[in-house]
Amino acid sequence: MTQEQSTSAAPALAIRGLGKRFGDKTAVNGISLDVPSGSFYGLVGPNGAGKTTALSMATGLLRPDAGQVWIHGVDIWADTLKAKSLLGVLADGVRLFDRLSGRQLVTYAGLLRGMDAATVEQRTEDLLRVLDLEEASAKLVVDYSAGMTKKIALATALIHSPRVLVLDEPFEAVDPVSAANIRDILADYVAHGGTVVVSSHVMDLVQRMCSHVAVIAQGNLLASGTVDEVRAGSSLEDRFVELVGGRADREGLSWLHSS
Amino acid sequence: MVAQLLKLKARLFANGLRRSPWQLVGVVIGALYGLFIAVMLLIGLAFLGGQDPELIGTVLVLGVSLAVLGWALIPVLLTGVDLTLDPARFTTFTIPPRQLVAGLLLSGLIGTPGAITLILLAGQGLAWRLHPGAAAAAVLCGILATLLCMALARLTTTAATALTANRRFREISVVLLMVPLLLLGPIIDRVSDGFESALDWLPAITGVLGWTPLGSFAAVPSDLAAGQPALAAARFAVSLAYLAVIVWGWKVLLLRAMESPAQSTGGGQAAKGPGAFRLFPATPWGAVAARCLTYWLKDPRYAVSVVMVPLIPFLLWYWSAQSGDFTALFFAAPIIAVLMGFSISADISYDSTAFALHVATGLKGLDDRLGRVLACAVVALPVVLLSAVVPALLLDRAEILPAVLGMALGGLLTAFGVSSIASARFTYGVPQPGDSPFKTPPGNGVRMAVVQLAIFAVMGVLLLPEIGLMIAYLVTGQALYGWLALAAGLVLGAVFLGIGLRVGGRWWEARLPELMQATVANK
Repeated sequence: MTQEQSTSAAPALAIRGLGKRFGDKTAVNGISLDVPSGSFYGLVGPNGAGKTTALSMATGLLRPDAGQVWIHGVDIWADTLKAKSLLGVLADGVRLFDRLSGRQLVTYAGLLRGMDAATVEQRTEDLLRVLDLEEASAKLVVDYSAGMTKKIALATALIHSPRVLVLDEPFEAVDPVSAANIRDILADYVAHGGTVVVSSHVMDLVQRMCSHVAVIAQGNLLASGTVDEVRAGSSLEDRFVELVGGRADREGLSWLHSS
Repeated sequence: MVAQLLKLKARLFANGLRRSPWQLVGVVIGALYGLFIAVMLLIGLAFLGGQDPELIGTVLVLGVSLAVLGWALIPVLLTGVDLTLDPARFTTFTIPPRQLVAGLLLSGLIGTPGAITLILLAGQGLAWRLHPGAAAAAVLCGILATLLCMALARLTTTAATALTANRRFREISVVLLMVPLLLLGPIIDRVSDGFESALDWLPAITGVLGWTPLGSFAAVPSDLAAGQPALAAARFAVSLAYLAVIVWGWKVLLLRAMESPAQSTGGGQAAKGPGAFRLFPATPWGAVAARCLTYWLKDPRYAVSVVMVPLIPFLLWYWSAQSGDFTALFFAAPIIAVLMGFSISADISYDSTAFALHVATGLKGLDDRLGRVLACAVVALPVVLLSAVVPALLLDRAEILPAVLGMALGGLLTAFGVSSIASARFTYGVPQPGDSPFKTPPGNGVRMAVVQLAIFAVMGVLLLPEIGLMIAYLVTGQALYGWLALAAGLVLGAVFLGIGLRVGGRWWEARLPELMQATVANK
């Protein structure tokens, strides 16, 4: 894919002052973040921290109340179509067109992107093979297991060879073997110049897999940088708990002790 | 524990209302409507009290039997039981079965249908007010009969769950359900025709019903009023036995279901090749059309609008047959055309959150709009043409075809145009993918009705030229008006469709995130 010179130096994903309120609850409170091109970026935070809301706004699924987002220098809310052509998105908690078979769904995503039929067909077969979905490719997606559904959704995000992948909870409900396969695909993708942003609350996974990490809690950005910078010597999990706080008193449930 | 379950149900009900004001409006209107019906029927019961005891007995047994039958069948076939307290959610809590059964049973009374049923069945006392003993028995039996209704609804739905867990079965049953609906009008007609003679054989029927679970409770006061306390006692004992057996049967099924919860199994449907994707060019609008066509053929929610189609000519024919003037039949094609064109106005609501794919891929609004119209046209065009041509040929009035076709095609194109704009602006709660097509999210009715009414009003105004020319043709019989109607339908329809696609596409692009959020909110 050819890209203009001016945009290649810009961060893969730049966020400035992004904010969103739902009623009287602030979901995302003015987050600013740079995701360097070619990084494997983890977004971690407790449940309800605003991860999904932030990623929805960064990918054009949700209109922010404030702030701006650029994908490789392209403003997603000004030049929407161009920005979206650079993006591959795996949204969390949305349905798929599940009356299509797995193969039809991936083909559909490719055709919606305006790709030509031959390329779509070849890439669909590649994706089904790598994600180990060949056998189930004729089955309707509605009959897939949770993990297979995640994988087929990932395939729809990959088909147009995006420059930036934004994946919301990509490993949820995926079996260990498939998860390892997906990690390999993503690592290979980053090694060849792509950028991945994943949200997760599995700290171990993020520490092993990601080059960079950002910690979000209650809609605020608490820390960001390379994984080594953020964890500052301790494990990411300990550092995360320290940043987010809220650990309960260990003596809390003495009656739970069985002896 | 029973009190806890009831409190939980009431709390869930209240929280549901707090989520959206529209839902509150819907529930209030539903409750007022129910209350209105209840008051009318109570007045009826009071009047009935002045009649001959035998007639009172006959009417009440018949009425109560219908109510019980309704509770047994309607939840299974139409609405699905209210699952706010889904037994499956209690599997991990060790609630004693007896208390769970009692709690779930009584929780059915919280909500409009349950409350109205209780009021009406206990209100039977009003009809027996001249016979004090019978009146007291009627109130008690009414309350017990309400419990029987609740238990029977639970029994039939729990039993049906095992079957309906299979998706294929569910989809087929929905389509089969349309057949009796199709025949409902004529059936009611026949029944009311035979009403005079029914007065002769109804007592015999109620005599039998009075010993079945359907009507036995209602027949007890009648025995007392007739001065047969022994018969009343026997009947009451039988009724209690029915109630006990039904509750016991439900409890057995419930416990079995909780020990091994039913897994929703697929129908093993498969799509080997590209399917509908082969029919359209490999472009974004072609892909949208192929996907929508697949849904038209595979999603039961769409199947309902297709199955509605034969209903219209059938009803028009049935009504015309009374008068012998079949002109009304020529309006079948235009009506079907407008309804089919209208059906895509809910397309994005039907997509639900799967719409995210259209948002994320940077699809153009025009491609989305065009694809949906094309898919619907593939289904609608042959149907509309057939319903225009067949009546004209059967009635040997081919000369009316230009006018009918003009109005039908104009109606279809105009409806497509209006729907393309409307669905880019308005979404409303519809049955979710995989739900029964007849299930509407509670309290959504008002907003939906307002939007749909507005859409039909706009279509009506835009179709005025065709309607005028059609009427002119029917009145004057001049062929010129027929051909003018055809020309107007094609030209104006094409113009409105073009405008609809462009404006709808532009609005769609401008409101994309809002449309996406609307599908999330409708979940």
